[in-house]
Amino acid sequence: MEITSIAPWILLLPFLMFIFLGLTAHKFSGQTSAKIGTTAFGIVAILCYYVAGRYFFGNFSVLDANGFEVFNKTGEIYNQITVFNWTWMQMTENLTIHIGFYLDPISAMMLVVIATVSLMVHIYSYGYMFEHGHFDEGMSRYYAVLSLFSFAMLGLVLATNIFQMYIFWELVGVSSFLLIGYYFFKPAAVSACKKAFIVTRFADMFFLIGILILSYHTQTFDFDQLNADNAKHVLDSFSITDGSRGITFLGFPLITIATFCIFLGGAGKSAMFPFHIWLPDAMEGPTPSSALIHAATMVVAGVFLVARLFPVYSFAAPEVLNAICYIGAFTALFAAIIAVAQTDIKRVLAFSTISQIAYMMVALGVARFGNHESELGFTASMMHLFTHAMFKAMLFLCCGCIIHCVESNEMSKMGGLKKYMPITYWCFLIGCLAIAGIPIFSGFYSKGEILTACLENGYTAIYVVMTLTAGLTAFYMFRLFFHIFHYEENPEYATSHHKPHDQGWQMTLPLIVFAVLTVGFVFLPGFNNAITATRTYMEMPTNWTVEGISIAVALLGIAIAFFLYYKKNEKPANIMAKCPALCEFVYNRMKIDEIWYGITRSFIFGVICKSIAWFDHNCIDGFMNLCAWITQKVSLETKDAQSGNVQQYVWVFIMGVVTIAFLALY
Amino acid sequence: MELITANNIIFALLSVVVLGCGLLSVLTEKLMHAAFYLFLTLVGVAGLYLQMSYDFLAAAQLSVYAGGILMLFIFAIVLVHKIGENSEHVRMGKKVWAGIAAFCGIAVVLCTMFLFGNFSADPSTDQFTETVNMELIGRTLLGTGKHQYLLPFEATGILLLACIIGALVIANKEKEDKE
Amino acid sequence: MIPVQFYLVISTLLFFIGVFGFISRKNLIGLLMSIELILNAVNINFVAFNRYLFPNQIEGYIYSLFIIVVAAAETAVAIAIIMNVYRRMGNETVKSIKELKN
Repeated sequence: MEITSIAPWILLLPFLMFIFLGLTAHKFSGQTSAKIGTTAFGIVAILCYYVAGRYFFGNFSVLDANGFEVFNKTGEIYNQITVFNWTWMQMTENLTIHIGFYLDPISAMMLVVIATVSLMVHIYSYGYMFEHGHFDEGMSRYYAVLSLFSFAMLGLVLATNIFQMYIFWELVGVSSFLLIGYYFFKPAAVSACKKAFIVTRFADMFFLIGILILSYHTQTFDFDQLNADNAKHVLDSFSITDGSRGITFLGFPLITIATFCIFLGGAGKSAMFPFHIWLPDAMEGPTPSSALIHAATMVVAGVFLVARLFPVYSFAAPEVLNAICYIGAFTALFAAIIAVAQTDIKRVLAFSTISQIAYMMVALGVARFGNHESELGFTASMMHLFTHAMFKAMLFLCCGCIIHCVESNEMSKMGGLKKYMPITYWCFLIGCLAIAGIPIFSGFYSKGEILTACLENGYTAIYVVMTLTAGLTAFYMFRLFFHIFHYEENPEYATSHHKPHDQGWQMTLPLIVFAVLTVGFVFLPGFNNAITATRTYMEMPTNWTVEGISIAVALLGIAIAFFLYYKKNEKPANIMAKCPALCEFVYNRMKIDEIWYGITRSFIFGVICKSIAWFDHNCIDGFMNLCAWITQKVSLETKDAQSGNVQQYVWVFIMGVVTIAFLALY
Repeated sequence: MELITANNIIFALLSVVVLGCGLLSVLTEKLMHAAFYLFLTLVGVAGLYLQMSYDFLAAAQLSVYAGGILMLFIFAIVLVHKIGENSEHVRMGKKVWAGIAAFCGIAVVLCTMFLFGNFSADPSTDQFTETVNMELIGRTLLGTGKHQYLLPFEATGILLLACIIGALVIANKEKEDKE
Repeated sequence: MIPVQFYLVISTLLFFIGVFGFISRKNLIGLLMSIELILNAVNINFVAFNRYLFPNQIEGYIYSLFIIVVAAAETAVAIAIIMNVYRRMGNETVKSIKELKN
């Protein structure tokens, strides 16, 4: 089959499914919608695998805009190919917005990630939403939005130009909003979805500003042109030379501002500090959608964005990459510390997600074009993206199973679940080992590479922080693990007639698939063959000292967690009693939310909004009221003319005729 | 040119009748009187037609207007008006407004006429003698050539028919509703 | 020979007498009578112009005939309407048809 004929369906099919399921939501039962949606996405996933497979291992060519044949591979180098590029909006001669399909190693990899996770979530949701023998009322809506999300996410990673990316970027934001607010009758869910939308929109504003600055100077949106020849076009447009930083604005190089603004957009979606506040609250959504959106795909959009523009960052704005890696390192440590004190299992995973995405950001931040060592971060970041998507989705889905049984998110309601839910237990264990960075499991490889990249490129401080974070990660993940599956069995289980148990095949199958992927990651073809900054084979250095230290730190973390939480004891409580203020502070997420609220309440609401509201009330409304008042008065005054009195009409008519005759004649 | 000829005297009399009775017809408070004055006005207008020696038109004016339409008016007045109530008091204000309109109109039209109305028609004869013969009228009404009016004539016939039916329907509506 | 202007003056005065009547009358039948006056004024105009300006043609003459016929038709219908109004409203003043929409 031709790639060009398949490619449009990857985008069209989920979109059509969204429309179809959305429009027929009240016609079909939730069960039917789920089956239709899952089947359709199954087809999309097969197409995605086929395209990605052909791209990585096959050999094909497409015609580019100038009619030349472009192969997916020239020798060992993978090409960036535009499969199609429809003109969507032609604003002016020079300003055209395209919707296209862009294949390069990272978008092909993202195709695989999205297809896998989304398909598994489609299947899993079928079981998850089936509660107490009946389907949720909004099941059709759920599947419709899931299709919308898949469409948007695929469009985002396949974008040929930065504007298309922005459009789909907003679309994923919308579908995330809809899924977080799925249980719209719960006030917490409503405020969470608003929070997520507003925070990410706020960050997206910077993204848009960045796009505008960048495209204003480069006169293009296309990634191809921006990235080509070591971002030469960008360098020229901003007149950056070896000696100068080019055009400046308020004393800052404009390119720095533009690329930093773009990064801030990514930081919003990827929940980097200080925009991370929406992600923990986003856990109010259904757990499968959390697994898909807030663990595996949407939240890595920021990482993907930086990776997509990596040549621009690396050549034109290396100082922004520095900033990225410091912000990333801080976020990683910060989120890991907060995760230690959380008691809601989904919140723990949410903070862990923030921390792990920060790892990817750090890896990108330390990477530069140059040699194999300096480029290592890029590959490491993409590897971590892939592995993290798999094991974190699995952890979330496990959480879904647990919450389904226990009907609570709180750790204190759990404990001793091991004997009730063996499959979930083993999968969760695999996920924890992977995220902790234990050899054989996928996380070990990607995390090891990230740490190596930090150290090799001379970011020693960051290396230390990241290693510390790795230890913390191991600790809080195993704290969670032991709390759920060991610790002290909740006495309600034994007496309850509704004992916890492993769920049906729809829910266990995805767990097993992800577990296999996590364990079998080593057997996957090496990422260093294609997914590298230069899109060709790259030697992956393995620094055994770094690996050894990271394993040691991880084991230490696990050991502490084992010591404290394997069996019920007084030690955790004693430790917490020693510094209650600190524990409280960390449990409350270091008050960052409160700071944001403070800013919004006192400054934005208090000063800006109030004055705007005053202006709106008095000036705009006043003007409108004045218009209405005048119209009303005039009509009240003149309505008497419509008296229905024929004689009056004749009088006016005659006087009018006389006047006109008079004026015309004299 | 002799000023006092029989022709001129008749014209003066006719114009006084037409205008005077017209004015009385709109000013009088009793409707039956108004109808009578209207009758005199119509007769006067017929006299003016005769003066221009349009005999047939004068006859039509008399028979249709004075004979037909006026009879309708009188029927209507008799049918509609309650006895003893057949007078109406018109407010002065209304009359003033009507007077203003009429006065303005007269002023504009007459001014226009005297300023621009120098029609160069001044036949030498003292009075019109030749009358339009009936055959010509008949041919003009029923012919299809240029300046002949068969189509409007037929249309008028249909209009009249429609009026008969329409008047019947409207006047009978109430009865049918009751049934 | 009476100049044409005399006829025109009579016609003008008669026309505006009709207008005056139309505006000032309270009774619907009075209104109709005023309309007849207006139509007559117009007829005089037609006939006079025809006689004086185009003595060899009879267009104005024929037009007057048609006007007389249409006036008759109009009066017949109008009087039927007035009868109806009277039956419904109890009187036949202009006020009673002010609110025809009801």
